Amino acid sequence: MVNTSDVNRTVLYDLHVELGAKMVPFAGYDMPVQYPDGIMKEHLQTRESAGLFDVSHMGQVVITGNDPAKSIEKLVPGDIQSLKTGEMRYSFFTNEQGGILDDLIITRRENDLFVVVNAACKEQDIALLKNGLAGEAVVEELTNRALVALQGPKSATVLTRFNPEVATMPFMSFKELEIDGVPCFVTRSGYTGEDGYEISIPNENAVAICKKLLAETEVDPIGLGARDSLRLEAGLCLYGHDLTTETTPVSAGLLWAISKRRREEGGFPGADTIVKEIADKPAMKRVGILPEGRAPAREHTEIADMDGNVVGEITSGGFAPSLQAPIAMGYVPLALAAAGTEVQLIIRGKARAAKIVKMPFVEQRYYRG
Amino acid sequence: MSIKYTKDHEWISIEGDIATVGISDYAQQQLGDVVFVEVPEVGANLGKGDELAVVESVKAASEVYVPVAGEVVEVNGDLEETPSLVNDEALGSGWFAKLKVADASDLDDLMDEDAYKSYIEGLG
Repeated sequence: MVNTSDVNRTVLYDLHVELGAKMVPFAGYDMPVQYPDGIMKEHLQTRESAGLFDVSHMGQVVITGNDPAKSIEKLVPGDIQSLKTGEMRYSFFTNEQGGILDDLIITRRENDLFVVVNAACKEQDIALLKNGLAGEAVVEELTNRALVALQGPKSATVLTRFNPEVATMPFMSFKELEIDGVPCFVTRSGYTGEDGYEISIPNENAVAICKKLLAETEVDPIGLGARDSLRLEAGLCLYGHDLTTETTPVSAGLLWAISKRRREEGGFPGADTIVKEIADKPAMKRVGILPEGRAPAREHTEIADMDGNVVGEITSGGFAPSLQAPIAMGYVPLALAAAGTEVQLIIRGKARAAKIVKMPFVEQRYYRG
Repeated sequence: MSIKYTKDHEWISIEGDIATVGISDYAQQQLGDVVFVEVPEVGANLGKGDELAVVESVKAASEVYVPVAGEVVEVNGDLEETPSLVNDEALGSGWFAKLKVADASDLDDLMDEDAYKSYIEGLG
C-alpha cells in the first residue's frame, strides 16, 4: 500500500492551488477535494455542462508481450482476449478466495495493453502484474504522463474543438490523438455516469492543455468531492469501500463483467469459488438504498431489517446533489435485496426508514454512437 | 446582547439566561454546502462539551458541541426543510438551538468577536 507519510503531488498541483482548490491527502497524493465553487455546484456543473478532473494519481500501466491479453486473463476474470484494438473493458483482480483486490480498466492497443488502476492500490497491482506475468510480459508504469477526465454532456462539444475525431468515438473506446498538437491517449470513458473522456497527456504538456480546456466556457475544474458524489449517483463502485477482498464479483453484482467463456473456462484466481457462488447465489448482495428524509447515511452505517436485526452495512453514502436527497449503497442479505424492500438505517443510534432501490440513481448517459 | 465564540467555532448569543447557539461563518465556509442538521430534542439537559447537533455537508458529518451547559428550550425547526440557512446566514436564521444557561461561569472562557477573529487568522 501507499506510504501516506510521503505525500506526492501530480504535475497539476500548482494549477489546483492557483485555482483556489482545497487540497487534501488522498491515496498518498495531495489532491483537490473541491475548488471555491464547492462540491454541490461542481457536481451540478458536471451534470449540466462539463467538468475537468485531475486523476493523475491513478496508475497508468502498459503491458507488452507475446499475447498480453491472454496473459492478463490469469489475473482477471474479464474477457480481454475478445477485445479488438481500440476497445476497453472494466475488470478486477481477484484473489484465490474470489475476493476483489482492485478494479481496473484494460484497453487493447495495437501492440500492447494500456491499463488504468486505482491510486491506492497501484503499487500492489503493479507487483501483482509483474509477478503474475513474469516471463510472458513486461509491465511498465507510465510515470511520465498525467491523466485528466473531461466529463459531462458538453464534453464532446468541447473536445471536438481540439480534435474532431473524438466526436464519434463510442463509449469504452481508445484512440491515440493529438490534442493541441500533443500526442495524447484519449478514451471515451469516465466515472461520473456522463458522457466524457479521459485524456492521458505527457507531463510536460499537461498544465497547458488543462488551462486551454478550462478556458472553454463550458468547463470548470472539479474536485474529488464531486467525483465521489457523481460516481455514487451513477451507481459505480469505489474500491476499498464498495469492493474489497471481502466482497466477490457475485455479491457486488458485477457478473456482467465476467463473460460466459470465462465462467466456463475459469483460469483466474478464485474461479472455482466464483463459479460456485454464481450457481448457489451469494449470501449478501450490493444494493442501492434510498433513505427517507434528509439525513445522509454514511459508510459503515448499520442496515437493519424491519424487526431491528442488523443485517448489513452501508459501504458508500452521502447526499446526491442531482436528487437533493441522501443516497447510499451497501450490502444486505439476498432475501432483502429486491427493489422496494423496506429496511432501517441506524444513524447515530436512531432507526430511520429506507428502502432498497435499483441503481443507478441518476441515469447514465454514455455515447454509444 | 453580545456574541461569543468557542475554539470549536460555535457562536453563542446571550439574552437574559437564554443562550442561542449556532456555528460561525468561518465554520460554515469550511464545511461547504450544508444538506442536513440534526438538532437536539427540546427538554434535553446537556452538559458543556456534549454533542449539541450534527451538521452534514455533501462530503461529511461534523459534530457541534454544547458551549454552555443547559436545558434545550427551543430548536430551529426551519433547518429541517432548509439546512442551507446555515450557509446563507450562519449568525442569524441558521441558528441551531436555544439553551437555558445552567452555569453562567461557562461563559467566562469564551472569545469575543475580536479574539475569535485573531484566533481564526492564526489557523491560516
